[in-house]
Amino acid sequence: MNLAEKILAAHCEKKAVTPGEFINVQTDLILSNDITAPIAIKEFRKIGVKKVFDPKKIVMVADHFVPNKDITSAEQVKLMRDFAYEQGIMYYDVGQMGIEHCLLPEKGLVLPGDVIIGADSHTCTYGAVGAFATGMGSTDIAAAMATGDIWMKVPPIIKFIYHGKLGKWVGGKDLILYTIGQIGVDGALYAAMEFTGEAIDNLPMDGRFTMANMAIEAGGKAGIFHVDQNTLDYVKLRAKRPYKVYEPDANAEYAQVIEYDISKMEPQVSLPHLPSNAKPVSKLGKIEIDQSVIGSCTNGRISDLRIAAEILKGKKVHPKVRCIVIPGTQQIYLDAMHEGLIEIFINAGAVVSTPTCGPCLGGYMGILAGGEKAISTTNRNFVGRMGSTKSEVYLANPAVAAASAITGRISSPEEIK
Amino acid sequence: MLKGKVHQYGANVDTDAIIPARYLNISEAELLTKHCMEDIDLDFVKRVKPGDIIVADTNFGCGSSREHAPLAIKTSGISCVIAKSFARIFFRNAINIGLPLLESEAAVDGISNGNMVEVDLEKGIIKNLTTGKQFTAKPYPEFMSQLVKTGGLIEYTRQRVASNKSNRFYERRS
Ligand code: SF4
Repeated sequence: MNLAEKILAAHCEKKAVTPGEFINVQTDLILSNDITAPIAIKEFRKIGVKKVFDPKKIVMVADHFVPNKDITSAEQVKLMRDFAYEQGIMYYDVGQMGIEHCLLPEKGLVLPGDVIIGADSHTCTYGAVGAFATGMGSTDIAAAMATGDIWMKVPPIIKFIYHGKLGKWVGGKDLILYTIGQIGVDGALYAAMEFTGEAIDNLPMDGRFTMANMAIEAGGKAGIFHVDQNTLDYVKLRAKRPYKVYEPDANAEYAQVIEYDISKMEPQVSLPHLPSNAKPVSKLGKIEIDQSVIGSCTNGRISDLRIAAEILKGKKVHPKVRCIVIPGTQQIYLDAMHEGLIEIFINAGAVVSTPTCGPCLGGYMGILAGGEKAISTTNRNFVGRMGSTKSEVYLANPAVAAASAITGRISSPEEIK
Repeated sequence: MLKGKVHQYGANVDTDAIIPARYLNISEAELLTKHCMEDIDLDFVKRVKPGDIIVADTNFGCGSSREHAPLAIKTSGISCVIAKSFARIFFRNAINIGLPLLESEAAVDGISNGNMVEVDLEKGIIKNLTTGKQFTAKPYPEFMSQLVKTGGLIEYTRQRVASNKSNRFYERRS
């Protein structure tokens, strides 16, 4: 069995599972947020149990529209907050919250060998620590909050092997944009993606979170990494409960094995309106931008902010560009402050927001007008994703987003001297 | 038997197209439905009649996990969606809330916008009444059809909890 199958088998009390099989898995953590929790709570009330199965395994995070942008979003969070206190579950509100997929790993709530489900499609992010994590809907989460388990179909696993060493400005974002560009937005539909190879062994945890995060953008059910010393160093400082490291069998079977040599890879940019429209940054021609967003659950971590600051240091954001920097969590915000990054951003003419999803989903804090273009470190560039249906979003890594903020057009970090 | 007029779309219709994120500060189905498909088909809500059918190419419903998407479609009066393939989370959500989905490449290729189509869910038979052609959809796996028959995941879980007399199904793992 491969890694994902090992974890799933252990969570449904079976010796082995095979792709295509329907199983009932026990969950280690169940997540929802200010968009998906309200529906989940309404559905939970219909099941006929008063209490959730285990308050210590359920977490809710207010992150999409907080501090609340309007009355209706305030009502949604209130509904979630009331439920969270009533049930005694883990709950993160303004002041403690961060973007859920940055926050939960940081808090040590997602650990190797876990099965994690979340009413948010980017729940797949936690595959970076060697967990099986997958996004579902609110109704799934309602049922799981009642019983602790959920139905699942064991996915086929596609193994990706990345050969070579990453270039200076190339990171997890570029690997995943390139991969989605190669296989398409439904290239891994119903499948789980396992990321391996020399480039992955050398990829820091933040880059792994970025890659696992975007497995869903290829249609994937999960993205998963093997646990190595990097992972253990990351989780051992944070874990407050025991966890188990599973190893794939040497003869594990995969639905497909795809190999890439990435030694000559440039930073990638995905053109509107699909993450699969990936191109090397040098092949884009002149594309002027109105906004640069550096943040989100994909690239709102401290190493992302360090890269952006390295480029913006002593430079000015182009007068026609709004550069918006959003640290993923309070801790990341604090670290960025201690390291002097916030000052670099402000001196460059960028704004720094408290943690929120904000513009990533066109919520608030940087909505685009018709005809405007943004370069963004987020994960989706669908029509209207960041505002007007006539606006455009280009996806890139934080180095490209920072460089473009300075030049006013989509630029390689190499251009900034 | 479902019967209605076809609203046709292309590949990769994402959940931001089905219900834009700017409306996700609400969760009431009736309010959400007013904005269904708004960003790719402004008149959809005005045109759609109870029973109508959405027909789309591959990867319908890709993107976010928002259940608001199948909910908005269902509440708009759409009786079922026929596509070449569905995004995974959208598929779960639709089954869980009782919006029938049918997968058939041949049907999608053999149906045009505005055609009248009749669907026999039980048998998985799709009939294009405008052209007289008939297609068969992939049957649901057994577990899923059981879920659909029971009336969705919440009713399934309600019965499961009621028969077990508690929601403790397992010894705690850790
Ligand atoms: S940052 Fe964007 S993609 Fe991530 S959870 Fe928030 S809205 Fe979703």
